[in-house]
Amino acid sequence: MEFHDGIDPVANGGDDMIVPSADVRQHLVVVGNGMAGCRAVEELLARDAGRYRVTIFGAEPHVNYNRIMLSPVLAGEKDFEDIVINDRAWYADNGIELIAGEPVAAIDRAAKTVTSLSGRTVGYDKLLIATGSDPFIIPVPGKDLPGVISFRDMKDVDMMLAAAARGGDAVVIGGGLLGLEAAHGLTLRGMKVTVIHLMPTLMERQLDEAAGWLLKTALEGRGQTILTGADTAEIYGDGKVEGVRLKDGTQIPASLVVMAVGIRPSVALAREAGLDVGRGIKVDDHMVTSDPDVLAVGECVEHDGNVYGLVAPLWDMCRSLADGLTDRHTGYKGSVTSTKLKVAGLDVFSAGDFSGGEGCEDIVLRDASRGVYKRVVVRNDRIVGAVLYGDTTDGSWYFELLKKGEDISAIRDLLIFGQAYAALGASGGGALDPKAAVAALSDDAEICGCNGVSKGQVVACIAAGNGSLDAVRGSCKASASCGSCTGLVETLLALTLGDDVQSGPKTLCKCTSFTHDDVRREIVAQGIRSIPEAMHKLHWSTPDGCASCRPALNYYLLCALPGDYVDDQQSRFVNERMHANIQKDGTYSVVPRMWGGLTNPRELRAIADVVEKYNAPMVKVTGGQRLDIFGIRKEDLPAVWADLNAAGMVSGHAYGKSLRTVKTCVGSEWCRFGTQDSTGLGVKTERMTWGSWMPHKFKIAVSGCPRNCAEATIKDFGVVCVDSGYELHVGGNGGIHIRATDLLCKVATEQEALDYCAAFIQLYREEARYLERTAPWIERVGVDYVKQRIVEDEAGREALRSRFLYSQSFSQEDPWARRAAGDEAELHQHLAEVRPLETVA
Amino acid sequence: MTHSNAVGEWLDIGPVDQIAPGHARTLPVRGGEEIAIFHTLDNQFYALVNACPHKRGPLSQGIVHGSVVTCPLHSWNISLKTGHALGNDEGCVPTIPLKLDAGRIFLLREAVLGKKAA
Ligand code: SRM
Ligand SMILES: Cc1cc2nc3c(=O)[nH]c(=O)nc-3n(C[C@H](O)[C@H](O)[C@H](O)COP(=O)(O)OP(=O)(O)OC[C@H]3O[C@@H](n4cnc5c(N)ncnc54)[C@H](O)[C@@H]3O)c2cc1C
Ligand code: SF4
Ligand code: FES
Repeated sequence: MEFHDGIDPVANGGDDMIVPSADVRQHLVVVGNGMAGCRAVEELLARDAGRYRVTIFGAEPHVNYNRIMLSPVLAGEKDFEDIVINDRAWYADNGIELIAGEPVAAIDRAAKTVTSLSGRTVGYDKLLIATGSDPFIIPVPGKDLPGVISFRDMKDVDMMLAAAARGGDAVVIGGGLLGLEAAHGLTLRGMKVTVIHLMPTLMERQLDEAAGWLLKTALEGRGQTILTGADTAEIYGDGKVEGVRLKDGTQIPASLVVMAVGIRPSVALAREAGLDVGRGIKVDDHMVTSDPDVLAVGECVEHDGNVYGLVAPLWDMCRSLADGLTDRHTGYKGSVTSTKLKVAGLDVFSAGDFSGGEGCEDIVLRDASRGVYKRVVVRNDRIVGAVLYGDTTDGSWYFELLKKGEDISAIRDLLIFGQAYAALGASGGGALDPKAAVAALSDDAEICGCNGVSKGQVVACIAAGNGSLDAVRGSCKASASCGSCTGLVETLLALTLGDDVQSGPKTLCKCTSFTHDDVRREIVAQGIRSIPEAMHKLHWSTPDGCASCRPALNYYLLCALPGDYVDDQQSRFVNERMHANIQKDGTYSVVPRMWGGLTNPRELRAIADVVEKYNAPMVKVTGGQRLDIFGIRKEDLPAVWADLNAAGMVSGHAYGKSLRTVKTCVGSEWCRFGTQDSTGLGVKTERMTWGSWMPHKFKIAVSGCPRNCAEATIKDFGVVCVDSGYELHVGGNGGIHIRATDLLCKVATEQEALDYCAAFIQLYREEARYLERTAPWIERVGVDYVKQRIVEDEAGREALRSRFLYSQSFSQEDPWARRAAGDEAELHQHLAEVRPLETVA
Repeated sequence: MTHSNAVGEWLDIGPVDQIAPGHARTLPVRGGEEIAIFHTLDNQFYALVNACPHKRGPLSQGIVHGSVVTCPLHSWNISLKTGHALGNDEGCVPTIPLKLDAGRIFLLREAVLGKKAA
């Protein structure tokens, strides 16, 4: 881009030029009486009050007011008079002509004039365009109905207030900053508000998943209905708005619809005048457009490829602009922005780049009882981003450190606790070490708020021989509940014992100081209902976990909340997300269920047809008594499944941490040695257990006699039929470490065999750690414990069995059928395909 | 977002809401390498050649956390920002400059077409 200095040196004269009357001064005409336009004039007046004659056109019939304070006006916290920035007297005192309520309709750059809608033409020497932004209106049917408005100016607020006075329901489309402030105001004004947001998290451009979840929970607590992942199909109504219909068919009645989905720079005027326009009006570092006599400032401009939607950048722009117009030429260098939500009682702050990544470290503090989440992203000892929820006092401090690029290595350990604490550490003379801060605490300082344990008590407990975190938790209960003081307890261990601290049991993963068992216990105890909530309440040290903890949490929640928990597909390993096994070339294998290893001509034909139709390179009999079709592309999976479904087959879950197969042998129906109907029992068992999600894969077999052709004694649950009944075996494994089963007990009837099986599976589901198969689990807890729970405790067994069956009532739905019907089609489709001209031709 | 200030011709790949946070979608290129476009839970977008530096596992199918994807085949962790394998593993997959504009995803054309299959 060419750089203009914005000044005509001939007409302008030198320093000693005298300005005899207003008429000979250069005429600056401003289009837009908003925040940037008026601020630019203020900056100019501050530098050289007499230099330009100023005329301002404003489309709104008002003096210049503080647009960001429209939210408090809507919420009833302020009146219009309170938010006026410059009253009529200001214009008069500074000799500025304000032409309010008259939009400029055209610019004639050759003649150097502007013409308003009502036909008034005014000449200029310098023109400043500050037209701001236009609200974006999503192009759905009904968008023009009376009662559909945006949230941009005082007129919109007046309309909302009028609607609120009539009461009723309102829908706000858009869960960003503007939408949430509108929703908040309307709620306070007594309307029943539903927020419709396309993305899964609120304010997704400013917040990460964790903070977005906290915000949603808080707003719901205030009575708003928040629908995320919701796409508007139409606004309906006869002559006026009556409601909104979503793409999934949901109808939400409303007498007012506020569209707050985004803004677009208002560039129509500039474009028609032939100025260079990209996303915004293109300007150089001095806010000069492609025409040296036309400047532009505010949200309508594009500088260095960026457009802005917040006020802070405008102030910087206005300074550079005024410098340029008065020959100083400092130049605008772009802005880093921060965001705060103006909803009383909800503190949300974000700044910079919080996407993390290589070389970035996340420092995360979660204080569940106070509802606080703080995350500071550090790269090369400098803050590059921050997200704060619940306690934003230090937002501006982090933002300053970020903008200045200050080296924070000296205060790194205390950074997350905020400015006051970091300063305390710094003033403590070399006490920057958090260890020293803890050492300095008095003996009666409280360490564990949940259990009321003081520092003295923790130290005494450690001195009494409890040399690990776990031992401390077990003995004095410090850090045994919410865990937020874990760091403090660990520091006390280190201070008291030096190198003699015993490392505790393995934590679930590096994102948490909790073990699998801790996490499972707390999910139930605290009634946790989602992954972000678990990460928050259990003080995860990373913003959204890792490939180890996400699947584990997903399973634990699924197990704890059958029928209630919404499975998080993205927390599942590819095979469970695609319902097929990924192969080394990226294709998938497909294994339909064959109940108890039985099949029939119809199934075999359907499989044969699929193999031919989709050119599957291989089909093979598996070790689990069924057929595996190899080499299916992800795009073809739904069609393959539809064909298999049509022949009555469902997913075999050969890919899942779930029930795999139930192997059977021939049994008493045909076999000369068979003692019971092992095939029939196998089919019944598979019908009962299929579809269930488990900590790891789970295999069952039923053999008709002790010859054990179905290899039941190396299965997770095995049945060996004998003349007098059924021997039930558990904890076998034929894999890497072969383990023969333990005998659980012997039962007399088929029904008992099924009941014990269900109870055993549920015990395993509820108590084993994620990715722990039954064999290592039983080695850990002991077979006697399992016997005690399943064999000796009849009521307990019955309770386990019914919990399993209850959970099964939700999970026995064929995942293939849903996909074949078009569910989650995007998982199987490419986004698009690139066909370069040269290869198409 | 990687190198959004790169210069050149940009290909419009479609609206951002086609990829939900935490998900990835694929973009086959005739005569070139398939590209994976990621949307992280932090709402950043990245584009990489859809082949793990280890044994060409389809990265689009991995679990996304932070700005990292865990390869579905042998669990290498690949940085979405740089394409480098993290931790003890070594290797790098090409990244494709990506930018968002007015709610749409753009990829740098020359980078998309430049990645011819070996
Ligand atoms: C297809 C099959 C081989 C075959 O062609 O026969 C097979 C194939 C795989 N087995 Fe297996 N196992 C198959 C029966 C077995 C058996 C035999 C059985 O079930 O009676 C065993 C030993 C019994 C056992 O599990 O205790 C077996 C022990 C393993 C192990 C070791 C498990 C262990 O606890 O040590 C693994 C690795 C793992 O799960 O981590 C494994 C993992 C795998 C995986 C899933 C490897 C992977 O992650 O990609 C293979 C998937 C191939 C695919 O794409 O379909 N497979 N695998 C069998 C499928 C049975 C079915 O119909 O579902
Ligand atoms: C409800 C609300 C809350 C906000 N909260 C915040 C916040 O908390 N923090 C923050 O940083 N930012 C916030 N913003 C954004 C902030 O208000 C804008 O960034 C700022 O107002 C932009 O200033 P501007 O001068 O470029 O545009 P505007 O302030 O919109 O001014 C443009 C003016 O030009 C007029 N105009 C347009 N075309 C013509 C024409 N042809 N002729 C004459 N006049 C014309 C318009 O009517 C308007 O008055 C908020 C915005 C809204 C709507
Ligand atoms: S071993 Fe027993 S169950 Fe198996 S086939 Fe022979 S008799 Fe039947
Ligand atoms: S191919 Fe990606 S880890 Fe092996």
